[in-house]
Amino acid sequence: MATAPKTATATIDNGRSQSGFAAALKKALLSALVALVLFSLMIGVRTEAGSTGQLIYWTRFTELAGVVAAVFAGSLILELLRSWLGPFDAAGLIPASAEQPLKTAQRLFPLALLAFTLVFPVIFYDQRYILDLGILVLTYVMLGWGLNVVVGLAGLLDLGYVAFYAVGAYSYALLATTFGLSFWICLPLAGILAAFWGVLLGFPVLRLKGDYLAIVTLAFGEIIRLVLINWQSLTGGPNGITGVPRPSFFGIPLTPGDDGFAARFGLEFSPTHRVVFLYYLILALALLTNWVTIRLRRLPIGRAWEAMREDEVACRALGINITTTKLTAFATGAMFGGFAGAFFATRQGFISPESFTFHESALVLAIVVLGGMGSQLGVALAALVMIGGFELFRDFEQYRMLVFGLAMVALMVWRPRGLVGHREATVFLHHRTEISAELSREGRG
Amino acid sequence: MAYFSQQLINGLVLGSIYGLIAIGYTMVYGIVGMINFAHGDIFMIGGFVALITFLILVSIGLTFVPVILLLVLLVAMAMTALYGWSVERIAYRPLRHSFRLAPMLSAIGMSFALTNFAQVAQGARVKPVPPIVTGGYSLFERDGFVVQLSNIQIIVVITTLVLLALFTWLVSRTRLGRDMRACEQDQTMAALLGVDVDRTISMTFVIGAALAAVAGMMYLLYYGLVDFFMGFVAGIKAFTAAVLGGIGSLPGAMLGGLSIGLIETMWSAYFSVEYKDVAAFSILIVVLIFLPTGLLGRPEVEKV
Repeated sequence: MATAPKTATATIDNGRSQSGFAAALKKALLSALVALVLFSLMIGVRTEAGSTGQLIYWTRFTELAGVVAAVFAGSLILELLRSWLGPFDAAGLIPASAEQPLKTAQRLFPLALLAFTLVFPVIFYDQRYILDLGILVLTYVMLGWGLNVVVGLAGLLDLGYVAFYAVGAYSYALLATTFGLSFWICLPLAGILAAFWGVLLGFPVLRLKGDYLAIVTLAFGEIIRLVLINWQSLTGGPNGITGVPRPSFFGIPLTPGDDGFAARFGLEFSPTHRVVFLYYLILALALLTNWVTIRLRRLPIGRAWEAMREDEVACRALGINITTTKLTAFATGAMFGGFAGAFFATRQGFISPESFTFHESALVLAIVVLGGMGSQLGVALAALVMIGGFELFRDFEQYRMLVFGLAMVALMVWRPRGLVGHREATVFLHHRTEISAELSREGRG
Repeated sequence: MAYFSQQLINGLVLGSIYGLIAIGYTMVYGIVGMINFAHGDIFMIGGFVALITFLILVSIGLTFVPVILLLVLLVAMAMTALYGWSVERIAYRPLRHSFRLAPMLSAIGMSFALTNFAQVAQGARVKPVPPIVTGGYSLFERDGFVVQLSNIQIIVVITTLVLLALFTWLVSRTRLGRDMRACEQDQTMAALLGVDVDRTISMTFVIGAALAAVAGMMYLLYYGLVDFFMGFVAGIKAFTAAVLGGIGSLPGAMLGGLSIGLIETMWSAYFSVEYKDVAAFSILIVVLIFLPTGLLGRPEVEKV
């Protein structure tokens, strides 16, 4: 834990007075000492409510020693790597001769990725688990692209995005279970309702910026969740809504019956049909999000979003209506969140407030930021990395959030601008040739 | 009236706890301009450390309550302060000159990590403790309702007042406080004039964490339980308190904390317990819209 990076002055001092190894050893020892104090009570002593309700405790010095030793070793390795490799320089890694082919590869990569996602269910038709994982990843890709409109393009820091996801999910679940409406009618309705809530949130926060905006959106997300928990008569409270209808293949149910999908098309019934259908459904929704975003970026409203992100005051001085710009950004992002929510509800068949916690918002925001804020391809890759990484830790369920949190810190420290690229304004005054390159790179993702 | 007085007392006690946490938010925001999302979890860690220290002290045979309380307070403050220091070193210092979102996400990550760390290390179940400080006074009785003031409530309020006085003195009268205010205004200039900016920021986190530890201990004494998830909601409410009081202002944070505590208690008493958090969050939104600088804050001027 305590692998604190050196400050600039400390690096110089240590470099002069001590050899690399001695300095690293000293730092590692210090880290281990800090870890020992930090964890002495929290890990060294375990408390639990005993059978009579009385608290009991027992000591765990082996675990404590293990953790401290791990901190020591980790810190030592990190320090040694840092002093041997020197400052990490990404520019030097790619030789000049490889740049041209690399650029071509960069252009072709999104297309290859798209082709792969299209044939994905064919390749993994027999592996239900991988198909489900694909659906999950695509859901987060879609959420990431939706939030990207708000955070990446318009520069409005939204920590309550999960609220719109929840509105979409509950809209579909309630409309479908109460009025028996089909998925294809509810989907646009869920989007519209979520967009409406986006405007509702947008209005009061028009004047807020940065961290204040973040905390208000967070509060908004929590309010929605608390209302969902407490409004028992409508939402079923903590028990949620069960029996949310499954989607039909444009009116044909995916059931084993006579009028089911398999019977109509002369296929043998298989539950995988529905999974594959859901996969293509979310893929289509995600691609719709992506396409709309790309188109909007080239329209005046998209230009206004990016202008507002770069400088709100200048934007206002140029006569751009900040109110409509902000509200449309919130509404558009929220609408896609609502679509994703409706999909989530129909896929799960059951929803409860537990699925819409702050963790989800933070996860989607982390995806957007790691994706480089504004880069469509980056967001998709970040979603793949995050959700895939999450799945790797499925067997270590209890450590998942710990690892996720630390990974978030490490990634921010290592690459604060995200894994892939960084945000670029769509329009420049000069360098016209570079714009089209940027556009094609980011636009086709 | 008696019922109202009782709620007033309860609200002020709860508000004191919020105020102590809020001071950590307001100081950090003032000096580095970021919301320390992990601060709520530092408060939670403080509660756990206090709980464990208390258990150990009791099991080695200490029985004199004031000594126990003092020792628990000191250990909790020291150890939690180290947590605050480490969090700053690991997650915030490397990102100090990065773009705005980076430290915030790093803080959210740290908050998750700390919550889950406590869950893994100490288990997910709520930890109850028997009442440590018992007894109290009956102030007056009306309409068959007795207004109670318990000893623990007195301890919470007095500790808060003493600490608030101490830290106000620290910030306004000592070298460290002057350094902190200098860094708040202009870090580069402060560094040029010989202020050790890194150390000052570290100290800010240490002080904030120590106060959060006190709040954690008071929470433990007052409610008699801690759990690994208590930092999140308490953190948001304390941040609300800091914003309400005017971010960057120490007395403002206390005032905001008391207001939030009172509003929450009154809301639970007269409207509905289920929606008390909704009330607190709604206040945050309303305050930010109509009073963005808070009750005692300075207006922020945007330079173009």
